[in-house]
Amino acid sequence: MSEQSGAQAMQFGIMSVSDITRDPTTGVTPSEQERIKATLAIATHAEEVGLDVFAIGEHHNPPFWSSSPTTFLAALAAQTERLIVSTSTTLITTNDPVRIAEEYAMLQHVSDGRMDLMLGRGNTGPVYPWFGQDIRQGLPLAIENYALLHKLWREDVVDWEGKFRTPLQGFTSTPRPLDGIAPFVWHGSIRTPEIAEQAAYYGDGFFANNIFWPKEHYQRLIELYRQRFEHYGHGTREQAIVGLGGQVFMAAKSQDAVNQFRPYFDNAPVYGHGPSMEDFTEMTPLTVGSPQQVIDRYAAMREHYGDYQRQLFLIDHAGLPLKTVLEQLDILGSEVVPVLRKELAKDRPAGVPDAPTHAARVKATYGDGPTRQARPGANRGDNLTADSPYEDTPAPAGAAFGLGRKGA
Amino acid sequence: MTTRRIAVVSAGLSNPSSTRMLADRLAAETVKALAERDIDATVDVIELRDHAHDITNNMLTGFAPPALETAINTVVSADALIAVTPIFSTSYSGLFKSFIDVLDPDALAGKPVLIGANAGTPRHSLAIDYAIRPLFAYLHADAVSTGVFAASSDWGGGGDDVAPLAKRVEKGARELADAVARREAATIADPFDPATYLGEGRSFGHMLGGLAGE
Repeated sequence: MSEQSGAQAMQFGIMSVSDITRDPTTGVTPSEQERIKATLAIATHAEEVGLDVFAIGEHHNPPFWSSSPTTFLAALAAQTERLIVSTSTTLITTNDPVRIAEEYAMLQHVSDGRMDLMLGRGNTGPVYPWFGQDIRQGLPLAIENYALLHKLWREDVVDWEGKFRTPLQGFTSTPRPLDGIAPFVWHGSIRTPEIAEQAAYYGDGFFANNIFWPKEHYQRLIELYRQRFEHYGHGTREQAIVGLGGQVFMAAKSQDAVNQFRPYFDNAPVYGHGPSMEDFTEMTPLTVGSPQQVIDRYAAMREHYGDYQRQLFLIDHAGLPLKTVLEQLDILGSEVVPVLRKELAKDRPAGVPDAPTHAARVKATYGDGPTRQARPGANRGDNLTADSPYEDTPAPAGAAFGLGRKGA
Repeated sequence: MTTRRIAVVSAGLSNPSSTRMLADRLAAETVKALAERDIDATVDVIELRDHAHDITNNMLTGFAPPALETAINTVVSADALIAVTPIFSTSYSGLFKSFIDVLDPDALAGKPVLIGANAGTPRHSLAIDYAIRPLFAYLHADAVSTGVFAASSDWGGGGDDVAPLAKRVEKGARELADAVARREAATIADPFDPATYLGEGRSFGHMLGGLAGE
């Protein structure tokens, strides 16, 4: 396996929302093909400069291009060796949880476990009816759909009846997760305490958007998640798995960064024509300046949120051209992330877990023993009466997943 | 003596403004009426003019800059609200409505409100009842039945002889004081307290319904 070892305290990476935005300095809007290829170039360069993660958002409307994250991430995994491919976010409300279970398990196999995913509800109202859902049911959909997804990855044969989806009788989601280990899930949130609660309930990761709003909002969410993680018995609050977003724009001289980024900031759909860039950078984690300013700002995140496991930066939006984004990656990889790795590792308490990887999770489940290799049995097509559609040995000690009804 | 907190929102644009003058009178009279009911009241006045840019920014970014956030918290946590707006084109001012729009739609539910408005001519006086009152009804706020409208002529002394401004202010303030006196002091549910979003003593399993076997 090309998977890196499990011992990685912090993961650094970038996340893209897949917007196709006019470059305000040139008036040029890239085509979908140009932007998709540019994002592949950005993501592969992220690995080249030593980053660990690339995450892509999911949207189903212009000006965004990423409607099919797993297709894109599979191509990216094929072009990289070490990078973890992920999402920011996968829509748990409007996607059928069965399709999520299948597509991401497939991605897990083709990437040799170099993947995870982040779930979110999505904030584009019109998307819901396109997929036959109602935005007023956003939270119940997130809760019920994830309950099913969680089960589909852990039990070979699933009976299911919920409010939102056609019932399942003796259903097997294929392929089964790689090595019998479900993909790691982060629950992403901008404001909703119920999502922090959900992440805590399952002992999954919690990712705070940490982009658009003041840190105080995210502090409350993360504190709640840590407290509830402990409440549900997954470990101490320090052992909860926290990820953070962030956004930066850098140049060697601080003033150059400010001048270069301002037209993009002023015209960006998400915050353009609102607060000044100066006000916005003061109120939110957006940092526009020298690499040292970025280091200072992000090294302080652990003081706001506690020791955490993953830091993702948004750097490729608002019409910034490919060349500029690649330069930003060079600065991140050479000047910023190496220093942040050291800073955030300094005095990191022993009990704080490393960032989750497939290899580490395999090891935690099986030790050095053989992993589960699911092989369809002769009874396929007969899930309703047979014990399991798979013949697989060995079953791990204290299996974390059910092996059909016999084990359930 | 018990203590209550009154928030006053004034949407006047000039300084000094007759909107603010009306707001101050309503507040002073309310404090007096509460004192007569053995209730000590403090007053926080919010001039929306000071927050006009932040209100627009909040609409564009989804979060309130610090000064506006403080103002919003002052309003939503108060025991009662005195809301006063100038009448522009037969209705509340755009700034007033924009402030209401950045509040959580449930934030004013059940809160006693005294509505005030002012305009150049008494012909706009019904705007309180056909424009402003429905807004507070929609928000499930508890607006007292008297709304106090002041026209320019009310300040000039030659206003309404039958029910002069001072009398109307006193009536509205008395109704608001009664509404406050009837209630317990306001408590704000912490949205980050599991008891708030799950229900007291419940766990996430209840949100899953039958799915988690709880």
